[in-house]
Amino acid sequence: MKTRAKTADLNADVLVAGSGAAGMAAALAAAERGVRVILADRSLIGRGGATVMAQMTVAAALGEEVPDHWEAHLADTMAAGRGLCEADLAALVCEEGPRDIRQLDEWNIGWARRSDGRLRQVHAPGHDRPRCVYVDFLATGPAVSKTLRARLQRQQRITRIGDLYITDVVVRDGTACGALGFSVADGRAVAIAASAVVLATGGLTRLYGRNSASANMTGNGHALALQAGAELMDMEFVQFFPIGHLAPRLVGMDPIMWDPFRYKLGGRLLNSEKREFLNDYGVEERGRYVATRDHATHSILKEVEAGRGSPAGGVYLSFQHVPENKLREAFGPVIDRLARNGIDLTKMPVEVAPIAHYHMGGVRVDPTMETRVPNLFAAGELVAGANGANRLSGNAITEALVFGRRAGEAAATRAKTAASAVPNEIASPEQLEPLCASTGDPAHNLAGMILELQGLVADVAGPSRNEKGLEQGLLKLAQMRVAIGEVPPGRPGPYNLVRVDWFDLRSMLIVAEVIMRSACLRTESRGAHQRDDFPLLDNSWAQHQIVSLRDGALAFERAPVANGEVAKVSS
Amino acid sequence: MSRIAHLIIHRGEKGEIPTLRRYEVPHTPGQSVLDGLRYVRATLDPTLNFRHSCISANSCKECMIVIDGKIGYACMVRLEPREMLLEPLPNKPHLSDLATEIAPPDERLDHVS
Repeated sequence: MKTRAKTADLNADVLVAGSGAAGMAAALAAAERGVRVILADRSLIGRGGATVMAQMTVAAALGEEVPDHWEAHLADTMAAGRGLCEADLAALVCEEGPRDIRQLDEWNIGWARRSDGRLRQVHAPGHDRPRCVYVDFLATGPAVSKTLRARLQRQQRITRIGDLYITDVVVRDGTACGALGFSVADGRAVAIAASAVVLATGGLTRLYGRNSASANMTGNGHALALQAGAELMDMEFVQFFPIGHLAPRLVGMDPIMWDPFRYKLGGRLLNSEKREFLNDYGVEERGRYVATRDHATHSILKEVEAGRGSPAGGVYLSFQHVPENKLREAFGPVIDRLARNGIDLTKMPVEVAPIAHYHMGGVRVDPTMETRVPNLFAAGELVAGANGANRLSGNAITEALVFGRRAGEAAATRAKTAASAVPNEIASPEQLEPLCASTGDPAHNLAGMILELQGLVADVAGPSRNEKGLEQGLLKLAQMRVAIGEVPPGRPGPYNLVRVDWFDLRSMLIVAEVIMRSACLRTESRGAHQRDDFPLLDNSWAQHQIVSLRDGALAFERAPVANGEVAKVSS
Repeated sequence: MSRIAHLIIHRGEKGEIPTLRRYEVPHTPGQSVLDGLRYVRATLDPTLNFRHSCISANSCKECMIVIDGKIGYACMVRLEPREMLLEPLPNKPHLSDLATEIAPPDERLDHVS
């Protein structure tokens, strides 16, 4: 039993994997219900996911600027979702969002306020009124992370473990009972027994060469859930943020940073003729910011295709009509950061282009956030359904907070009523062997392969797709799967990125295949899924695609969308 | 003629006697040191270990190393077409190459097991 000796055995009532807003909210909610929680993250706690990178908007019907009602937010969310929102899940985000946003306010997050004390709310594209709160300047994500981290640190029942990479969810008798993984910090194998497991590992935008999220968004939660027996849904819907920064090169700034600028200052999207072009595609902007993300992305790509793009392959975004004092009033220190990067917005436009930003699809859950595998929950961007075929600006953090809290509550309740105690050991030495074994060096440069994969996925499963490209992509994925082999290369050791690359690639190749095959099957264009060989919406496709593993092979089926009457699921 | 950044990088796992290895990275203006490190892993030597998550947004704060003797974020410091010496943080437990243990002590596995 030499293997076992090298393994760290841990146990908790609830294991939460991932420490963005969803994971932190889940851990807090579970601990408040009196259970012991382990909060694990492959990177640093509260720093490695997408939350910390959020630039500005968090949508909630708070009615601070103008009267509002959550049903109006829901109507906008459903309209943006182009017929694929699950009404119950979207309603949860909209109805319970205000409560979680107010909770963060009580915890002193520092939402931007007017002098009379009311919260400031900006009017984001796709919303019918000003609805999005924020923290200045471009600091919403860091403020959400910091506030939740501070709460975690006060909660004795939560054990936080960073640099812990989860590789398998352990399922016994059809029920989730823990997870396996390894410590990135020292290479040790880790087995965590838990009565309930919450996956909150975020999205999969790292599959794309140009993306706006962290290197951790590899879709590993999708792969973990799929292999544990859960279903994935609507995986073909990847949101491209239309105006990701392209040129000139910036350091130390997030590529989606122009979003806040557009909220506050409007700005003009111009083609190479320096003409506003969105109007040509049916969206009248006139210096305001109204085009939804799917429409804007589509219009920009069409403009570039027509030969009217900018030198770096995007379009121009200009604030040259905005006086310098207005720029400084709106963005203060950010103007200095831009100056250090050689950018003076009063004198020059910047170049922007669509960039992979968010994934609407994900793990299929019920309104308690449980998958079809008992005791396996999911939360946050990892979950499908609330955003349909296109996400409304500002809904991601709200979704993470609401779904995280609900998943934590449900997981804690389940853990308290679990029939048996948490087992001491959940894995056999055979199961742990791949995590402990030393093997040879990899035959390929896996970091290089990840780069190659990102280029491939962006090419064939980006904002514009067709059958030929997707079929070629699938062939290439099969070759890459063979190339990486069945066992992780090298040996367990401190901060060994070659092993991390191998586990990342293993997940990325599975998830890329799911996206490509889903995209190939959906023979229409809807929201973020645009097929140049099927350019029109097809009403017969107002359905979800569900993916599961059947005898080790991917199985695809369709399911109706529950977007009618909203059931009363909220407590 | 294309310009080259010469990265001289501290290599070795914790407890080992470190060595310095030299890598040549094609330089394009505007790149960060992190861009250079990612280039090295993807094209020259995937065994090079360093921390980063957010890729140049300066949000995750993980890529802090010593650059030419000064502590800085690899994603914020510009890559330059000259020799640049890259070392791990001196005041943190060393893990491997440029990676150090930067998590708070109570957020590490060895705190609980």
